[in-house]
Amino acid sequence: MTLAPPPSSRVQLTEDGKLRHFLSVEHLSRSLLEEILDTAASFVDVGDRAIKKVPLLRGKTVVNLFFESSTRTRSTFELAAKRLSADVLNLDIAKSATSKGETLLDTLRNLEAMAADMFVVRHQDSGAPFFIAEQVTPRVAVINAGDGRHAHPTQAMLDMYTIRHYKGGFAGLKVAVVGDILHSRVARSQAHALNILGAEEVRFIGPKTLLPRDVEALGVTVFTDMIQGLKDVDVVIMLRLQKERMDSALLPSEGEFYRLYGLNNDKLRHARPDAIVMHPGPINRGVEIASEVADGPRSVILNQVTFGIAVRMAVMSMAISGQESAHGQPQGDLDGR
Amino acid sequence: MRWSEEQIETRLGEIADALAALPGEPPCLVGIQSGGAWVAAALNERLAQPLPIGSLDVNFYRDDFDTRGLKRSVKPSDLPFEVDGAHIVLVDDVLMTGRTIRAAMNELFDYGRPASIRLVVLFDIGHRELPIRPDICGETLALPPHQRVELRGPAPLVAEVRTIRPDE
Repeated sequence: MTLAPPPSSRVQLTEDGKLRHFLSVEHLSRSLLEEILDTAASFVDVGDRAIKKVPLLRGKTVVNLFFESSTRTRSTFELAAKRLSADVLNLDIAKSATSKGETLLDTLRNLEAMAADMFVVRHQDSGAPFFIAEQVTPRVAVINAGDGRHAHPTQAMLDMYTIRHYKGGFAGLKVAVVGDILHSRVARSQAHALNILGAEEVRFIGPKTLLPRDVEALGVTVFTDMIQGLKDVDVVIMLRLQKERMDSALLPSEGEFYRLYGLNNDKLRHARPDAIVMHPGPINRGVEIASEVADGPRSVILNQVTFGIAVRMAVMSMAISGQESAHGQPQGDLDGR
Repeated sequence: MRWSEEQIETRLGEIADALAALPGEPPCLVGIQSGGAWVAAALNERLAQPLPIGSLDVNFYRDDFDTRGLKRSVKPSDLPFEVDGAHIVLVDDVLMTGRTIRAAMNELFDYGRPASIRLVVLFDIGHRELPIRPDICGETLALPPHQRVELRGPAPLVAEVRTIRPDE
Protein backbone atom coordinates (compact mmCIF):
# COMPACT_ATOMS: atom_id res chain seq x y z
CA MET A 1 0.00 0.00 0.00
CA THR A 2 1.31 3.44 -0.82
CA LEU A 3 0.24 6.47 1.11
CA ALA A 4 -0.82 9.59 -0.71
CA PRO A 5 1.80 12.30 -0.19
CA PRO A 6 0.78 14.89 2.38
CA PRO A 7 -0.76 18.03 0.87
CA SER A 8 2.17 20.37 1.37
CA SER A 9 4.55 18.18 -0.58
CA ARG A 10 1.95 17.67 -3.31
CA VAL A 11 1.63 21.41 -3.88
CA GLN A 12 5.34 22.07 -3.57
CA LEU A 13 6.76 19.38 -5.80
CA THR A 14 6.51 18.45 -9.47
CA GLU A 15 5.44 14.94 -10.42
CA ASP A 16 9.06 13.85 -10.54
CA GLY A 17 9.82 15.31 -7.12
CA LYS A 18 11.45 18.62 -8.01
CA LEU A 19 10.77 21.77 -6.04
CA ARG A 20 8.36 24.15 -7.79
CA HIS A 21 7.02 26.14 -4.83
CA PHE A 22 8.74 26.51 -1.48
CA LEU A 23 6.08 26.86 1.20
CA SER A 24 7.14 24.72 4.14
CA VAL A 25 9.98 22.32 4.98
CA GLU A 26 7.49 19.96 6.60
CA HIS A 27 7.09 16.72 4.61
CA LEU A 28 10.01 17.49 2.30
CA SER A 29 12.67 14.80 1.97
CA ARG A 30 16.11 14.93 3.43
CA SER A 31 17.66 14.73 -0.03
CA LEU A 32 15.69 17.75 -1.22
CA LEU A 33 16.76 19.81 1.80
CA GLU A 34 20.35 18.74 1.18
CA GLU A 35 20.01 19.72 -2.45
CA ILE A 36 18.94 23.21 -1.34
CA LEU A 37 21.98 23.46 0.97
CA ASP A 38 24.37 22.17 -1.72
CA THR A 39 23.00 24.57 -4.33
CA ALA A 40 23.30 27.43 -1.83
CA ALA A 41 26.95 26.50 -1.25
CA SER A 42 27.74 27.21 -4.88
CA PHE A 43 26.01 30.60 -4.64
CA VAL A 44 27.91 31.71 -1.53
CA ASP A 45 31.05 32.70 -3.40
CA VAL A 46 29.10 34.71 -5.99
CA GLY A 47 28.83 37.30 -3.19
CA ASP A 48 32.63 37.53 -2.97
CA ARG A 49 33.29 38.15 -6.65
CA ALA A 50 33.99 41.34 -8.55
CA ILE A 51 30.62 40.98 -10.27
CA LYS A 52 28.15 39.62 -7.74
CA LYS A 53 25.71 38.31 -10.29
CA VAL A 54 24.96 35.20 -12.32
CA PRO A 55 22.70 35.32 -15.39
CA LEU A 56 20.52 32.37 -14.33
CA LEU A 57 17.18 34.19 -14.02
CA ARG A 58 17.83 36.89 -16.61
CA GLY A 59 14.54 38.08 -18.06
CA LYS A 60 12.46 36.58 -15.22
CA THR A 61 10.29 38.79 -13.03
CA VAL A 62 10.14 38.23 -9.29
CA VAL A 63 7.38 39.99 -7.34
CA ASN A 64 7.88 40.48 -3.62
CA LEU A 65 4.33 40.37 -2.32
CA PHE A 66 4.44 41.58 1.26
CA PHE A 67 1.08 41.71 3.02
CA GLU A 68 2.97 42.23 6.28
CA SER A 69 5.90 44.54 6.14
CA SER A 70 9.39 43.21 6.79
CA THR A 71 12.16 45.34 5.43
CA ARG A 72 14.91 42.89 6.23
CA THR A 73 13.38 39.75 4.71
CA ARG A 74 12.21 41.69 1.69
CA SER A 75 15.66 43.19 1.08
CA THR A 76 17.42 39.82 1.23
CA PHE A 77 14.93 38.33 -1.24
CA GLU A 78 15.37 41.37 -3.45
CA LEU A 79 19.15 41.07 -3.34
CA ALA A 80 18.97 37.31 -4.00
CA ALA A 81 16.76 37.86 -7.05
CA LYS A 82 19.01 40.63 -8.34
CA ARG A 83 22.12 38.47 -7.96
CA LEU A 84 20.34 35.94 -10.15
CA SER A 85 19.77 38.76 -12.68
CA ALA A 86 15.98 38.72 -12.29
CA ASP A 87 13.88 41.88 -12.41
CA VAL A 88 12.27 42.63 -9.06
CA LEU A 89 9.04 44.36 -8.20
CA ASN A 90 8.39 45.14 -4.53
CA LEU A 91 4.76 45.40 -3.55
CA ASP A 92 3.85 46.48 -0.09
CA ILE A 93 0.27 45.25 -0.19
CA ALA A 94 -0.27 46.18 3.43
CA LYS A 95 -0.38 49.77 2.24
CA SER A 96 -1.77 49.43 -1.26
CA ALA A 97 -4.44 47.66 -3.30
CA THR A 98 -6.24 45.68 -0.60
CA SER A 99 -6.80 48.88 1.30
CA LYS A 100 -8.67 50.09 -1.78
CA GLY A 101 -10.96 47.05 -1.63
CA GLU A 102 -9.32 44.84 -4.24
CA THR A 103 -9.50 41.13 -3.33
CA LEU A 104 -6.40 38.98 -3.04
CA LEU A 105 -7.37 37.04 -6.15
CA ASP A 106 -7.83 40.21 -8.20
CA THR A 107 -4.42 41.42 -7.07
CA LEU A 108 -2.91 38.08 -8.11
CA ARG A 109 -4.57 38.10 -11.53
CA ASN A 110 -3.26 41.60 -12.14
CA LEU A 111 0.28 40.62 -11.28
CA GLU A 112 0.05 37.51 -13.45
CA ALA A 113 -1.08 39.70 -16.32
CA MET A 114 2.26 41.52 -15.91
CA ALA A 115 3.91 38.14 -16.65
CA ALA A 116 5.47 37.57 -13.25
CA ASP A 117 7.44 34.32 -12.88
CA MET A 118 7.62 34.18 -9.10
CA PHE A 119 5.78 35.52 -6.07
CA VAL A 120 7.64 35.83 -2.79
CA VAL A 121 4.83 36.03 -0.26
CA ARG A 122 4.83 37.31 3.32
CA HIS A 123 1.42 37.21 4.97
CA GLN A 124 0.07 37.63 8.49
CA ASP A 125 -2.30 34.66 8.05
CA SER A 126 -1.03 31.09 8.33
CA GLY A 127 -1.51 29.21 5.07
CA ALA A 128 -1.88 32.24 2.78
CA PRO A 129 1.10 31.27 0.53
CA PHE A 130 -0.48 27.79 0.10
CA PHE A 131 -3.72 29.41 -1.01
CA ILE A 132 -1.80 31.57 -3.47
CA ALA A 133 0.20 28.60 -4.77
CA GLU A 134 -3.03 26.73 -5.44
CA GLN A 135 -4.67 29.68 -7.17
CA VAL A 136 -1.77 30.93 -9.18
CA THR A 137 -1.42 30.18 -12.91
CA PRO A 138 0.83 27.26 -13.73
CA ARG A 139 4.40 28.40 -14.42
CA VAL A 140 4.41 30.91 -11.54
CA ALA A 141 6.47 29.77 -8.54
CA VAL A 142 5.55 30.81 -5.00
CA ILE A 143 8.02 31.18 -2.14
CA ASN A 144 6.81 31.51 1.43
CA ALA A 145 8.61 34.40 3.13
CA GLY A 146 6.74 33.86 6.39
CA ASP A 147 3.04 33.17 7.02
CA GLY A 148 1.39 33.89 10.36
CA ARG A 149 2.60 31.51 13.06
CA HIS A 150 2.97 28.71 10.55
CA ALA A 151 6.28 28.67 8.68
CA HIS A 152 9.31 30.64 7.53
CA PRO A 153 11.08 28.01 5.48
CA THR A 154 13.86 30.09 3.92
CA GLN A 155 14.87 31.36 7.38
CA ALA A 156 14.95 27.76 8.62
CA MET A 157 17.06 26.68 5.65
CA LEU A 158 19.55 29.51 6.11
CA ASP A 159 19.84 28.42 9.74
CA MET A 160 20.46 24.84 8.56
CA TYR A 161 23.08 26.14 6.14
CA THR A 162 24.79 28.04 8.96
CA ILE A 163 24.75 24.99 11.26
CA ARG A 164 26.14 22.72 8.54
CA HIS A 165 28.80 25.28 7.69
CA TYR A 166 30.10 25.46 11.26
CA LYS A 167 29.36 21.93 12.48
CA GLY A 168 29.97 19.96 9.29
CA GLY A 169 26.65 18.10 9.49
CA PHE A 170 23.72 17.28 11.74
CA ALA A 171 24.48 13.80 13.11
CA GLY A 172 24.88 13.89 16.89
CA LEU A 173 24.00 17.59 17.17
CA LYS A 174 21.94 19.02 20.01
CA VAL A 175 20.22 22.26 19.07
CA ALA A 176 18.35 24.55 21.47
CA VAL A 177 15.79 27.11 20.31
CA VAL A 178 15.13 29.67 23.02
CA GLY A 179 12.44 32.26 23.68
CA ASP A 180 9.02 33.05 22.31
CA ILE A 181 8.32 29.72 20.61
CA LEU A 182 4.56 30.26 20.65
CA HIS A 183 4.56 33.16 18.21
CA SER A 184 7.50 31.95 16.18
CA ARG A 185 7.02 30.54 12.70
CA VAL A 186 10.79 30.20 12.56
CA ALA A 187 10.95 27.76 15.49
CA ARG A 188 8.44 25.42 13.87
CA SER A 189 10.25 25.38 10.56
CA GLN A 190 13.57 24.86 12.35
CA ALA A 191 12.23 21.87 14.30
CA HIS A 192 10.97 20.24 11.11
CA ALA A 193 14.19 20.91 9.21
CA LEU A 194 16.46 19.72 12.03
CA ASN A 195 14.51 16.49 12.43
CA ILE A 196 14.46 15.82 8.67
CA LEU A 197 18.20 16.45 8.45
CA GLY A 198 18.89 14.07 11.32
CA ALA A 199 19.91 16.25 14.28
CA GLU A 200 20.15 14.20 17.46
CA GLU A 201 18.01 16.42 19.65
CA VAL A 202 15.97 19.59 19.21
CA ARG A 203 15.14 21.47 22.39
CA PHE A 204 12.63 24.25 22.86
CA ILE A 205 13.39 26.46 25.84
CA GLY A 206 10.96 29.08 27.09
CA PRO A 207 8.31 29.97 29.67
CA LYS A 208 5.19 27.79 29.65
CA THR A 209 3.12 30.74 28.47
CA LEU A 210 5.24 31.04 25.31
CA LEU A 211 5.28 27.35 24.37
CA PRO A 212 2.58 26.04 22.05
CA ARG A 213 0.46 23.14 23.32
CA ASP A 214 1.14 20.74 20.45
CA VAL A 215 4.88 21.14 20.86
CA GLU A 216 5.87 17.49 21.46
CA ALA A 217 4.29 16.55 18.13
CA LEU A 218 7.10 18.53 16.50
CA GLY A 219 9.62 16.02 17.85
CA VAL A 220 11.29 18.33 20.36
CA THR A 221 12.21 18.18 24.03
CA VAL A 222 10.84 21.02 26.12
CA PHE A 223 12.67 22.86 28.90
CA THR A 224 11.39 25.71 30.99
CA ASP A 225 14.72 26.00 32.81
CA MET A 226 17.25 27.58 30.48
CA ILE A 227 20.36 26.34 32.29
CA GLN A 228 19.16 22.74 32.07
CA GLY A 229 18.10 23.21 28.47
CA LEU A 230 21.46 24.62 27.37
CA LYS A 231 23.48 21.79 28.92
CA ASP A 232 25.82 20.30 26.28
CA VAL A 233 24.10 21.84 23.26
CA ASP A 234 26.12 22.49 20.07
CA VAL A 235 23.90 25.26 18.74
CA VAL A 236 21.86 27.94 20.53
CA ILE A 237 19.23 29.70 18.45
CA MET A 238 17.76 32.75 20.18
CA LEU A 239 14.38 34.01 18.99
CA ARG A 240 13.36 37.61 18.85
CA LEU A 241 10.97 38.61 21.61
CA GLN A 242 8.32 40.71 19.93
CA LYS A 243 7.84 43.81 22.05
CA GLU A 244 4.13 43.85 21.37
CA ARG A 245 3.81 40.50 23.17
CA MET A 246 5.11 42.13 26.32
CA ASP A 247 1.84 43.88 26.98
CA SER A 248 -0.23 40.76 26.43
CA ALA A 249 0.00 39.29 29.95
CA LEU A 250 2.00 36.30 28.69
CA LEU A 251 5.08 37.64 30.40
CA PRO A 252 5.72 39.24 33.76
CA SER A 253 8.15 41.92 32.49
CA GLU A 254 11.02 42.51 30.11
CA GLY A 255 13.49 42.43 32.98
CA GLU A 256 12.09 39.20 34.32
CA PHE A 257 12.26 37.58 30.87
CA TYR A 258 15.86 38.65 30.41
CA ARG A 259 16.80 37.30 33.83
CA LEU A 260 15.29 33.89 33.04
CA TYR A 261 15.74 33.47 29.28
CA GLY A 262 18.13 36.17 28.07
CA LEU A 263 21.39 34.70 26.79
CA ASN A 264 24.52 36.05 28.47
CA ASN A 265 28.01 34.58 28.81
CA ASP A 266 27.12 33.16 32.19
CA LYS A 267 24.30 31.02 30.76
CA LEU A 268 26.23 30.20 27.60
CA ARG A 269 28.87 28.47 29.76
CA HIS A 270 26.47 25.55 30.10
CA ALA A 271 26.47 24.86 26.37
CA ARG A 272 29.37 23.01 24.77
CA PRO A 273 32.56 25.09 24.63
CA ASP A 274 32.41 25.18 20.81
CA ALA A 275 28.69 26.00 20.66
CA ILE A 276 27.61 28.63 18.14
CA VAL A 277 24.96 31.28 18.83
CA MET A 278 22.41 32.19 16.18
CA HIS A 279 19.54 34.68 15.93
CA PRO A 280 17.18 35.36 13.02
CA GLY A 281 17.39 39.11 13.69
CA PRO A 282 16.67 41.85 14.29
CA ILE A 283 18.13 41.37 17.77
CA ASN A 284 16.85 43.06 20.92
CA ARG A 285 19.98 43.69 22.94
CA GLY A 286 19.30 43.24 26.62
CA VAL A 287 15.93 41.59 25.99
CA GLU A 288 16.73 38.14 24.67
CA ILE A 289 20.48 38.44 24.15
CA ALA A 290 23.31 40.31 25.84
CA SER A 291 25.67 42.39 23.72
CA GLU A 292 28.61 40.38 25.12
CA VAL A 293 27.13 37.31 23.39
CA ALA A 294 25.71 38.95 20.24
CA ASP A 295 29.11 40.54 19.50
CA GLY A 296 31.10 37.70 21.03
CA PRO A 297 33.31 35.08 19.41
CA ARG A 298 30.61 32.40 19.24
CA SER A 299 28.03 34.57 17.53
CA VAL A 300 27.44 33.76 13.85
CA ILE A 301 24.47 36.12 13.54
CA LEU A 302 25.92 38.24 10.74
CA ASN A 303 27.14 35.17 8.84
CA GLN A 304 23.53 33.98 8.86
CA VAL A 305 22.59 37.09 6.90
CA THR A 306 25.26 36.42 4.26
CA PHE A 307 24.28 32.77 3.92
CA GLY A 308 20.61 33.78 3.78
CA ILE A 309 21.11 35.46 0.42
CA ALA A 310 22.73 32.34 -1.05
CA VAL A 311 20.00 30.08 0.36
CA ARG A 312 17.31 32.31 -1.14
CA MET A 313 19.13 32.29 -4.48
CA ALA A 314 19.14 28.49 -4.33
CA VAL A 315 15.45 28.17 -3.52
CA MET A 316 14.46 30.72 -6.17
CA SER A 317 16.46 29.13 -8.96
CA MET A 318 15.35 25.61 -8.01
CA ALA A 319 11.66 26.60 -7.94
CA ILE A 320 11.82 28.39 -11.29
CA SER A 321 13.76 25.44 -12.68
CA GLY A 322 11.03 23.10 -11.36
CA GLN A 323 8.32 25.18 -13.03
CA GLU A 324 10.22 25.06 -16.32
CA SER A 325 10.61 21.31 -16.15
CA ALA A 326 6.93 20.84 -15.26
CA HIS A 327 5.67 23.04 -18.07
CA GLY A 328 8.50 23.57 -20.52
CA GLN A 329 9.18 21.56 -23.63
CA PRO A 330 12.12 19.37 -22.72
CA GLN A 331 14.40 19.43 -25.71
CA GLY A 332 15.78 16.13 -26.86
CA ASP A 333 19.47 15.79 -27.08
CA LEU A 334 22.42 17.69 -26.01
CA ASP A 335 24.64 17.62 -23.15
CA GLY A 336 25.38 21.08 -24.46
CA ARG A 337 29.07 20.64 -25.04
CA MET B 1 35.20 2.79 -29.28
CA ARG B 2 37.04 3.18 -25.99
CA TRP B 3 40.26 4.67 -24.66
CA SER B 4 42.23 2.88 -21.97
CA GLU B 5 44.08 4.60 -19.15
CA GLU B 6 47.32 4.27 -21.14
CA GLN B 7 45.83 5.78 -24.29
CA ILE B 8 44.46 8.73 -22.31
CA GLU B 9 47.90 9.10 -20.65
CA THR B 10 49.51 9.35 -24.09
CA ARG B 11 47.08 12.08 -25.16
CA LEU B 12 47.61 13.97 -21.88
CA GLY B 13 51.37 13.77 -22.38
CA GLU B 14 51.08 15.29 -25.85
CA ILE B 15 48.78 18.06 -24.61
CA ALA B 16 51.11 18.82 -21.67
CA ASP B 17 54.05 19.16 -24.09
CA ALA B 18 52.06 21.53 -26.32
CA LEU B 19 50.98 23.50 -23.25
CA ALA B 20 54.56 23.88 -22.03
CA ALA B 21 55.57 25.09 -25.49
CA LEU B 22 53.00 27.91 -25.55
CA PRO B 23 54.71 31.29 -25.95
CA GLY B 24 54.37 34.08 -23.38
CA GLU B 25 53.88 34.21 -19.65
CA PRO B 26 52.91 31.04 -17.75
CA PRO B 27 49.11 30.72 -17.80
CA CYS B 28 46.59 29.66 -15.16
CA LEU B 29 44.64 26.46 -15.77
CA VAL B 30 40.86 26.52 -15.39
CA GLY B 31 39.08 23.17 -15.68
CA ILE B 32 35.37 23.02 -16.40
CA GLN B 33 33.47 20.80 -13.92
CA SER B 34 33.62 17.95 -13.81
CA GLY B 35 35.50 16.25 -16.69
CA GLY B 36 37.51 19.35 -17.58
CA ALA B 37 38.65 19.76 -13.98
CA TRP B 38 39.97 16.17 -13.98
CA VAL B 39 41.84 16.77 -17.22
CA ALA B 40 43.30 20.05 -15.92
CA ALA B 41 44.54 18.35 -12.74
CA ALA B 42 46.02 15.46 -14.73
CA LEU B 43 47.78 17.89 -17.09
CA ASN B 44 49.20 19.89 -14.22
CA GLU B 45 50.78 16.73 -12.78
CA ARG B 46 52.63 16.26 -16.05
CA LEU B 47 54.04 19.78 -16.26
CA ALA B 48 57.60 20.39 -15.10
CA GLN B 49 56.40 23.67 -13.56
CA PRO B 50 52.88 23.18 -12.12
CA LEU B 51 50.58 26.10 -12.91
CA PRO B 52 48.01 27.85 -10.72
CA ILE B 53 44.83 25.84 -11.18
CA GLY B 54 41.13 26.49 -10.64
CA SER B 55 37.77 25.13 -11.70
CA LEU B 56 34.49 26.51 -13.02
CA ASP B 57 30.98 25.13 -12.78
CA VAL B 58 29.17 26.82 -15.64
CA ASN B 59 25.67 25.71 -14.66
CA PHE B 60 24.61 29.21 -13.63
CA TYR B 61 25.71 30.48 -17.05
CA ARG B 62 24.17 27.91 -19.37
CA ASP B 63 21.88 29.09 -22.16
CA ASP B 64 19.46 26.19 -21.76
CA PHE B 65 18.17 26.88 -18.21
CA ASP B 66 14.69 27.54 -19.64
CA THR B 67 14.46 24.10 -21.20
CA ARG B 68 16.64 21.94 -18.99
CA GLY B 69 16.50 23.62 -15.59
CA LEU B 70 19.20 23.53 -12.96
CA LYS B 71 21.44 20.51 -12.74
CA ARG B 72 21.35 18.73 -9.39
CA SER B 73 24.94 18.76 -8.36
CA VAL B 74 26.26 22.23 -9.02
CA LYS B 75 29.71 22.64 -7.48
CA PRO B 76 31.16 25.94 -6.36
CA SER B 77 33.52 27.55 -8.84
CA ASP B 78 36.99 27.98 -7.43
CA LEU B 79 39.50 30.39 -8.92
CA PRO B 80 42.29 30.81 -6.36
CA PHE B 81 44.12 33.48 -8.35
CA GLU B 82 43.47 36.98 -9.68
CA VAL B 83 41.62 36.72 -13.01
CA ASP B 84 42.33 40.36 -13.91
CA GLY B 85 45.27 40.36 -16.30
CA ALA B 86 45.79 36.59 -16.11
CA HIS B 87 46.51 34.39 -19.14
CA ILE B 88 43.87 31.69 -18.78
CA VAL B 89 43.87 28.24 -20.33
CA LEU B 90 40.35 26.80 -20.23
CA VAL B 91 40.37 23.00 -20.08
CA ASP B 92 37.45 20.73 -20.96
CA ASP B 93 37.17 17.02 -21.65
CA VAL B 94 34.95 17.12 -24.73
CA LEU B 95 34.25 20.01 -27.11
CA MET B 96 31.08 19.82 -29.16
CA THR B 97 28.64 22.71 -29.72
CA GLY B 98 30.90 25.25 -28.00
CA ARG B 99 28.08 26.45 -25.73
CA THR B 100 29.80 25.29 -22.55
CA ILE B 101 32.90 27.25 -23.52
CA ARG B 102 30.78 30.33 -24.23
CA ALA B 103 29.23 29.95 -20.75
CA ALA B 104 32.68 29.48 -19.17
CA MET B 105 34.04 32.63 -20.83
CA ASN B 106 31.05 34.65 -19.62
CA GLU B 107 31.61 33.39 -16.09
CA LEU B 108 35.35 34.16 -16.23
CA PHE B 109 34.58 37.76 -17.14
CA ASP B 110 32.44 38.08 -14.00
CA TYR B 111 35.61 37.41 -11.99
CA GLY B 112 37.73 39.92 -13.86
CA ARG B 113 39.28 40.79 -17.21
CA PRO B 114 41.73 38.11 -18.28
CA ALA B 115 44.64 39.13 -20.52
CA SER B 116 43.93 36.16 -22.78
CA ILE B 117 41.97 32.92 -22.89
CA ARG B 118 43.07 29.77 -24.69
CA LEU B 119 41.19 26.52 -25.01
CA VAL B 120 42.50 23.00 -24.44
CA VAL B 121 40.31 19.91 -24.93
CA LEU B 122 40.95 16.19 -24.77
CA PHE B 123 38.42 15.39 -27.51
CA ASP B 124 36.86 17.50 -30.24
CA ILE B 125 33.80 15.71 -31.62
CA GLY B 126 32.58 18.38 -34.04
CA HIS B 127 28.98 19.64 -34.42
CA ARG B 128 29.99 23.16 -33.48
CA GLU B 129 27.25 25.77 -33.13
CA LEU B 130 29.45 28.74 -32.17
CA PRO B 131 32.65 30.21 -33.61
CA ILE B 132 34.91 28.48 -31.07
CA ARG B 133 37.91 26.22 -31.76
CA PRO B 134 40.50 24.64 -29.48
CA ASP B 135 44.11 25.88 -29.36
CA ILE B 136 45.28 22.41 -28.30
CA CYS B 137 43.29 19.25 -28.86
CA GLY B 138 44.12 15.66 -27.88
CA GLU B 139 42.07 13.92 -30.51
CA THR B 140 39.59 14.97 -33.19
CA LEU B 141 36.72 12.60 -33.95
CA ALA B 142 33.92 12.63 -36.47
CA LEU B 143 30.97 11.18 -34.56
CA PRO B 144 27.35 10.91 -35.73
CA PRO B 145 25.04 13.36 -33.90
CA HIS B 146 23.64 10.78 -31.48
CA GLN B 147 27.05 9.74 -30.16
CA ARG B 148 29.17 11.30 -27.42
CA VAL B 149 32.51 10.69 -25.83
CA GLU B 150 32.17 10.11 -22.11
CA LEU B 151 35.19 10.57 -19.84
CA ARG B 152 35.25 8.72 -16.52
CA GLY B 153 37.49 9.75 -13.67
CA PRO B 154 39.05 11.37 -11.79
CA ALA B 155 41.44 8.40 -11.53
CA PRO B 156 42.03 6.47 -13.64
CA LEU B 157 40.83 8.51 -16.61
CA VAL B 158 39.21 6.34 -19.27
CA ALA B 159 36.81 7.23 -22.07
CA GLU B 160 34.32 5.61 -24.36
CA VAL B 161 31.87 6.45 -27.09
CA ARG B 162 28.30 6.25 -25.91
CA THR B 163 25.05 6.42 -27.88
CA ILE B 164 22.65 8.82 -26.21
CA ARG B 165 18.94 8.32 -25.73
CA PRO B 166 16.71 10.90 -27.42
CA ASP B 167 15.61 12.40 -24.06
CA GLU B 168 19.12 13.03 -22.76
